Amino acid sequence: MKLSLGPLLYYWSRQSTLAFYADMADAPVDIVYLGETVCSRRHELRLSDWLEVAGVLAAAGKEVVLSSQVLVESESDLKTLRRIVSNGHFRVEANDMGAVNLLEGQAPADGWIAGPTLNVFNPATLDLLAGLGATRWVAPPEMSRAHIHALREGLGHGMEVEILAHGRLPLAYSARCFTARHFNLQKDSCEFRCLGSADGIPLKTREGAPFLTLNGIQTQSAQVHTLLGDLPGVCAEGIDILRISPQGAHTLDIVALFRQAVDGLIPAADALREALPLLPAEACNGFWHGQPGIEQRAPV
Amino acid sequence: MVCPPLAPCLPLTTVKAGESLPAYSPPASFRPRYFRRPNPMTSPRSIELVCPAGSLPALKSAIDHGADCVYLGFKDATNARNFSGLNFDDKAMAEGVRYAHERGRKVLLALNTYPQTQNWQRWTRAVDRAAAFDIDAVILADPGLMAYARKTHPDLRLHLSVQGSATSYDAINFYHRHFGISRAVLPRVLSLAQVEQVIANTPVEIEVFGFGGLCVMVEGRCALSAYATGESPNCDGACSPGKHVRWEQTPKGLETRLNGILIDRFADGERAGYPTLCKGRFEVGDETYYAIEEPTSLNTLELLPDLARIGVRAIKIEGRQRSPAYVAQVTRVWRAAIDRLLAGVQPFRVDAAWMAELNKVSEGQSHTLGAYYRPWK
Repeated sequence: MKLSLGPLLYYWSRQSTLAFYADMADAPVDIVYLGETVCSRRHELRLSDWLEVAGVLAAAGKEVVLSSQVLVESESDLKTLRRIVSNGHFRVEANDMGAVNLLEGQAPADGWIAGPTLNVFNPATLDLLAGLGATRWVAPPEMSRAHIHALREGLGHGMEVEILAHGRLPLAYSARCFTARHFNLQKDSCEFRCLGSADGIPLKTREGAPFLTLNGIQTQSAQVHTLLGDLPGVCAEGIDILRISPQGAHTLDIVALFRQAVDGLIPAADALREALPLLPAEACNGFWHGQPGIEQRAPV
Repeated sequence: MVCPPLAPCLPLTTVKAGESLPAYSPPASFRPRYFRRPNPMTSPRSIELVCPAGSLPALKSAIDHGADCVYLGFKDATNARNFSGLNFDDKAMAEGVRYAHERGRKVLLALNTYPQTQNWQRWTRAVDRAAAFDIDAVILADPGLMAYARKTHPDLRLHLSVQGSATSYDAINFYHRHFGISRAVLPRVLSLAQVEQVIANTPVEIEVFGFGGLCVMVEGRCALSAYATGESPNCDGACSPGKHVRWEQTPKGLETRLNGILIDRFADGERAGYPTLCKGRFEVGDETYYAIEEPTSLNTLELLPDLARIGVRAIKIEGRQRSPAYVAQVTRVWRAAIDRLLAGVQPFRVDAAWMAELNKVSEGQSHTLGAYYRPWK
């Protein structure tokens, strides 16, 4: 089973971002997804910078994938998308159907990756995308183990399957920026306030219960979805790739724990116990068990 | 009226390994059903008014007050307003289609949720039923289901649902090339200039939301309800479903909860709203406020001339979960506005009475231009 590092969903300073990926060159992940997927105003790293990081990671033996932006609004967003698709070196994760449209016929021979926001929930749709060159599918985070299992059984094509195994759940995208709104700023003059919170801004209910996380135009869970404790079930399911989403601190430690648990060097339950103090919030795993995502279920 | 027989379920459509999907070209016999009935109220260049019908009385209300089209759904998870007491069984569907067609109006069927492996045939059967009921167009989001519809019912007109999350012409042209979609409904995220850019670069007709409850999140890209309740807008057609809602009077005020999660709390005298989870008040930092969105409705009436100028072909009114009285009120106002626009009265003027009527039925009695107004973002 391979480990991947998902695209960085937060906005960190250029220096922090470059340092983070320098660390990842030596980390036990097999695949690294790069690029800005959340907000086109974020520019600490431009596409040319991402390509440079990609080169370094590829030289360190990682498979590098460029992830496309989820919500494409402007002509300038499309321009960036075209540059990503035609980069000529790295495979691309398509995160909207516009990217699929451009990848068709332009993708390298080893195909492209159908990202988690394409809403692929059934084999008919995934087979269709396979016919257009998709060779890997990242399941929507809300999809349960049972549904992923059923979909795979119905597939006519061979297809690598990747799931979000660790990280706050990306739950929603909007035209509105909730971080700017929090600071009473307009999106067009947001002062790049996302830079001030490495793990997004916590949102609680009026009785103080953690509920969501504001991350610019993206809304995430407050709880950290982690399948570390569920690894025996995940392995039994034959999932090909586990995605770990970067968090503000301790990502390297989380990656190491996954690696050791996947390789059978430590029991999954121990790995989860060690990971819990390293999370920015409590853990959850409900989606994997077909339950509300916010819930934490005992591994089956 | 006897219900038309239902077509049998057909096997799953798949593309074999190595095969690519051929570009869509209609059969020689193709006569789009959509254009069979000329609508005396609209000319080809005009704007269609597309109104919600959560029930047969709402459908009749929409038609009687000037809707060019109504959109509706079956009584199950195949549509994004899967609420108990709403939508159409076979008898109501047959009667609704008859009522609309006799008056030269169109019926669009929303099959805009995402089928999953185990329930795939419920969705394909729904497409078959739509064709058998002589529905004028089906509104779909799932590409696999579109491929099925295109192959099985080649002359069935396809619209891309807002749930397809297509926000660029590249995305829309994908569905056009592969499935021959005739129209796309845009998510409520683009500015006027961005909508114009889409229209200029696609042969697909564009429909936009004009009025009604405002989804702040990109449609089809929101799993908040699944996260909180386990019921997903994408797959179950439900957002903040009623069976998870609890209202409770407490010493601190009236509390609304969704699956136990406190969405808001109202002081005496405050107007308590339904706990749609993105429209509650939450704590962020030291503040308690509507962190995502206030209870408010989208209202683009004042933009109508601009929408027409840039080539928007249809305006959608949200609200299949609302009453026939709401449908009547909103349809009447928008019909009057579109008729005034089409009559070429210059300059186009929005009556204060229209806005007052619409505000009465708006969520929280307030309205917004949403993403059309940049500062809203």
